[in-house]
Amino acid sequence: MKNIIIFALIVIAGTGGELCVSRAMKVIGEARSFHPRDIADHIFRALRVPWMWLGVGMMATAFFALLGALSVFNVSFVVPVTALSYVAGAFGGVAFLGERVNRQRWLGVLLVAIGVTLVCLSSR
Amino acid sequence: MTPHKAFHLKTYLVILVMVLAGPLGNVLLGKGMKHIGEFAVWPPSALIHAGLRIFTTGSIWLGIASLITFFVAYMLALSWADYSFVQPASSLAYGVVALLGYWILGEQVSPLRWAGIAVICLGVFVVGRTAPRTTGHGATGHETAGQETGEARLA
Repeated sequence: MKNIIIFALIVIAGTGGELCVSRAMKVIGEARSFHPRDIADHIFRALRVPWMWLGVGMMATAFFALLGALSVFNVSFVVPVTALSYVAGAFGGVAFLGERVNRQRWLGVLLVAIGVTLVCLSSR
Repeated sequence: MTPHKAFHLKTYLVILVMVLAGPLGNVLLGKGMKHIGEFAVWPPSALIHAGLRIFTTGSIWLGIASLITFFVAYMLALSWADYSFVQPASSLAYGVVALLGYWILGEQVSPLRWAGIAVICLGVFVVGRTAPRTTGHGATGHETAGQETGEARLA
């Protein structure tokens, strides 16, 4: 049970964090100049969007959950299982960002899910 | 060397850095955390103690440095190459992490796990080969949720 919570935190907090950051970056708009001063300005504007803070907090949570998982399991098990974030990302993109996911991308997501299932079966 | 060749060489070099530094970072984090072992997160004093142990472990910092290298290489690659080219290439990382786990940490990787990793690589490759943007240009997703895009029609 504890292990399921750790992996759920890695995948859901990680993907949720990326969705929040993605949303924050869309609020402030596309970066058009790569002059250091403009980049700094862009970052400061991003930090004023609450979605950014929520996203960074969730990504930090996911990182510490990853460290927790790595303290118990092998890297060759933990990292492939975190590929579930592609599954969570596809559903999250549809639900929170209004993205359209085409059939080919769903096929890729299905393959990732099958692969993760095989990796999980290999740990028994 | 022609500029065209130099461009390709630069792109492949940066992708090579990505595919090696990302998995290496995870393997180094794994090495550090295995050294620390399982830790408690409750009460808070135990969590602080665990945090101190984590951030005084050398391989954790090496792992973080390696992951930052990965991230910089990823951003650099995305700044000139297409996402639909960079992202499928990065699917190799799932294979590399198992190889490095086997070589550096001596992890046992069963044939079933190799098969699972291969299917994951294929799946990530297929996800990446689709157009990276399905919402309208310069607009938030909610405004364009009902908008037909060329890619959606093709699908």
